Amino acid sequence: MADCNETIKDLEQFLDSELATEKLANLTVHLDGCVDCQQAFEFHAELRLIVRQAVHHEPLPKSLIDRIKECFGTDLTDDLNTP
Amino acid sequence: MADRSAFADEAMQFAQSLYSTALRMTRNSADAQDLVQETYLKAYRSFATFDEGTNLRAWLFRILTNTFINNYRAKQRRPQETELNDVENLFLYRRLPQLSQLSASAEDQLMDMFAGSEVREALENLPESFLMPVLLSDVEQFSYKEIAEILEIPIGTVMSRLHRGRKALQEALYKYAMSRHLVSPPALADISQSTETSTT
Repeated sequence: MADCNETIKDLEQFLDSELATEKLANLTVHLDGCVDCQQAFEFHAELRLIVRQAVHHEPLPKSLIDRIKECFGTDLTDDLNTP
Repeated sequence: MADRSAFADEAMQFAQSLYSTALRMTRNSADAQDLVQETYLKAYRSFATFDEGTNLRAWLFRILTNTFINNYRAKQRRPQETELNDVENLFLYRRLPQLSQLSASAEDQLMDMFAGSEVREALENLPESFLMPVLLSDVEQFSYKEIAEILEIPIGTVMSRLHRGRKALQEALYKYAMSRHLVSPPALADISQSTETSTT
């Protein structure tokens, strides 16, 4: 079973859903029995939510939607050389 | 993808994400809008080279970040990686004692503690090499492999930049909390003690 230090070291990869299966099993066993690590994990998961909400704060401007649609309407005959 | 109009429809649904990311990179709405428009124009023009089965969202983000680096980066002033301290793991968590005994929602408590504008500012002040991986992972939830492809860097580099970028973000947030007297600077002895995580 993983200890607290190993568990905290793997925290990021766990929250990123990138932890290898074997490590994941070890970590889960430790986490189930360790309130300290559970709280640290919860904190960092919530911190990401806060970051996500802060970034998706501004709505998409209507003018930008129109500009993107304009791009889709452009004549592409001149663009054959575009890489 | 069958045709251009299907491509346009599918690509359109990522506009909000691309714009939010562009805003954090350019730090202003006018440049962010230009950057997103340019991204869509390039995507539409290179539609022929887009392989069906490729992840469209990742492909659009790759065009976005490349366009930013080529056309907008020069306008930005961000600290260099080397200007940052390297702080320990759980930096912020260890310094918010009221949160470590949380019973109520940690999310609510964090929301009360940090204004969205502070989180955005903290992100925008990250060195660009950290900002991109953090946005792509924490916000857009791309995998390490996808981020490596978008930024054209090795997976190991993605991981180390994420790690350092997240720590730098925590340090910036802690400074906001300190400046608003939400936390008091912990005594040095307490810090060194609490970083010695006990083992079980």
